[in-house]
Amino acid sequence: MRLILSYLIGLVFGVGISISGMANPAKVLNFFDVAGTWDPSLAFVMGGALIVTAIGYRLVLKRQAPMLAASFQLPTRRDLDLPLIAGSALFGVGWGIAGFCPGGALPALGTGRSEVAIFVVALLAGILTAKRIQSALNDRSSAPA
Amino acid sequence: MIETAFTPLQSLGGGALIGLAAVLLMAMMGRIMGATGILAGILQPANLSDWSWRAAVLLGMLSGPIAVLFVTGQLPAVQVPVSTTMLVLGGFLVGIGVTFGAGCTSGHGVCGVARLSPRSIAATLTFMLTTALTVYVVRHVIGV
Repeated sequence: MRLILSYLIGLVFGVGISISGMANPAKVLNFFDVAGTWDPSLAFVMGGALIVTAIGYRLVLKRQAPMLAASFQLPTRRDLDLPLIAGSALFGVGWGIAGFCPGGALPALGTGRSEVAIFVVALLAGILTAKRIQSALNDRSSAPA
Repeated sequence: MIETAFTPLQSLGGGALIGLAAVLLMAMMGRIMGATGILAGILQPANLSDWSWRAAVLLGMLSGPIAVLFVTGQLPAVQVPVSTTMLVLGGFLVGIGVTFGAGCTSGHGVCGVARLSPRSIAATLTFMLTTALTVYVVRHVIGV
């Protein structure tokens, strides 16, 4: 039951990404290219997603717990730190170079296009490299002085 | 550079579906719908049940374009106006960035901003700015 529902939720996300244009790097890059071949469509993707999520979350989070899990797992940190800002800045540089973000690329992988697979392999390599750096930093900071 | 048509209605509808998926995942599993978190949880699973729902979400995502093909008779357009080198370099930087930044367009940009999380708002403003600057430099300064 959990798995079927999770699959269907992923499917709704994947269909949304597909018809919105987020799976299409040409469209994504044109959104940011105000000085060139500008296509403002992505503002509508963000707008539609934010309206539905903001209203939906408000209703859902009034409940005591989710339907199929013990509790809501919400990030509680509110402080801004260097990894958050530097990481997000780097993400933007990569997004601007390749035109895919993770949420756009994963559904796009379903089209079977080799360019998407190349991007996703590089993405996974980046994630695993960053995890190694993170755990090395943690080991160093938790080691006795 | 490839020109693309302005598609306000499709993009709004697609965006609403992305939001619906985020709301449903919170209602059912109590989790944030972030591509980064889902991918990271598949790569480094805490336990089997934690791994399996994320793998199911990922399979659903991959089925999205195929569902579109069934309904419309066409796969969604994927036009790649950049070289393989740029895909590899961009993909690697995105992977590093979303791991340290703990989220991407879906987790921070949609779910976090909808919750008015200060970290997500700061992250989203940061990556929107650096993406725009990068596209400007790549297209109009370097001229790729």
